[in-house]
Amino acid sequence: MADTMQFDLVSPERRLASLRVSAVRIPGADGDMTAMPDHAPVITTLRPGVLHVEGPEGTAEYVVSGGFAEINATSLSVLAEKAIPLNEVTRAHIDEMIEDARAAHEAAKETFKNEPGPVDDAAKLLADMVAMGDHINV
Amino acid sequence: MPSLKDLKNRIESVKSTRKITKAMQMVAAAKLRRAQESAEQSRPYTERFNAVMGQLAASVGGSDSAPKLLSGTGSDQVHLLIVMTAERGLCGGFNSNIAKLARIKAGELIRAGKTVKILTVGKKGRDALKRDFRDKFVGHVDMTEIKRVAYSDAQSIAKDVLARFDAGEFDVATIFYSKFVNVVTQNPTAQQIIPAAFEAPEGAEASTIYDYEPDEEAILADLLPRGVATQIFAALLENGASEQGARMSAMDNATRNAGEMIEKLTIEFNRSRQAVITNELIEIISGAEAL
Repeated sequence: MADTMQFDLVSPERRLASLRVSAVRIPGADGDMTAMPDHAPVITTLRPGVLHVEGPEGTAEYVVSGGFAEINATSLSVLAEKAIPLNEVTRAHIDEMIEDARAAHEAAKETFKNEPGPVDDAAKLLADMVAMGDHINV
Repeated sequence: MPSLKDLKNRIESVKSTRKITKAMQMVAAAKLRRAQESAEQSRPYTERFNAVMGQLAASVGGSDSAPKLLSGTGSDQVHLLIVMTAERGLCGGFNSNIAKLARIKAGELIRAGKTVKILTVGKKGRDALKRDFRDKFVGHVDMTEIKRVAYSDAQSIAKDVLARFDAGEFDVATIFYSKFVNVVTQNPTAQQIIPAAFEAPEGAEASTIYDYEPDEEAILADLLPRGVATQIFAALLENGASEQGARMSAMDNATRNAGEMIEKLTIEFNRSRQAVITNELIEIISGAEAL
């Protein structure tokens, strides 16, 4: 069994990381999961959270929001709309993201008065954002 | 025959024009490098994204419950043309080529009896299309303040477009932008973004069977709106690089033309100066002979 796999973290604006890793903890939409080499192929959407990367050269953490991860036996690609190394995150980043989520939630409440689906989704997104902010605690 | 002073002034003015075009060319070259870098850096994201979307679309696309963004509204009566151009001129045929393509396409659609709506991004495209399609404009996005295109800019355009789509304002959306090939070639391109058309990945990749979490349709519903933003972002970056490339080669031409003009004017200037000297000499000599 291979003990490392290729890990790519890309956002639309740049490639944040491309290296060999041994395990990555992904904040999946249905719950956190850890991907290691020889994982079964999975595509999952992300919820706002912290991506925890473990590799031969140490660990790294990124705050990610929106997007998806593509996992297969030899590689893992995370495509996130927003991705910031954890140590560069400031309260302002979090507040901005929470503010965006709140605005989206309000907008959803306006547009989809009779459909609970999108409103619940937006509410969940908002809750996830707040939870992430509390979790990181910067 | 212009006087010596006129010629001299003329040469001076062309010289300062050349200085300006030379400076613009150098600025464009520097900006081009930056624009190309950003375009390059966004490419891995776009490529992966499209590959995954292609897979998903292939597996869900056939079903009736496929999202509207993928399968369309079932009609193609109302077309939204999103025309993306630069905010500034002096970049050769860049803006007018995009506007021309949009104009041809709009004309075709109108002749076919479709309704056309136009959303402009960038001032120059708006100016170019104003005369023929003023009544078709539904919106304009101003990019003057934006020095460097960020993903959030594409997101806000996408949000606007998606809101219009949800409100049933149009059935098909097409973006017009210029693809950057190299400094001398930029191809004006029309690309349909709604309903989304993803190229299915070929061969080996397609054979991997993925598990989807949550399920395929939920992922697709989540990702399709992001796909619109991604494509708009990619188009904005291509456009940025194309604009600078077009400006660079236009200014290079202008600089060269100014150089040629200066040479020509200098020759003319020297000739007429020679003629004046000869004239004076003849006058002196004939004056001396008369004594």
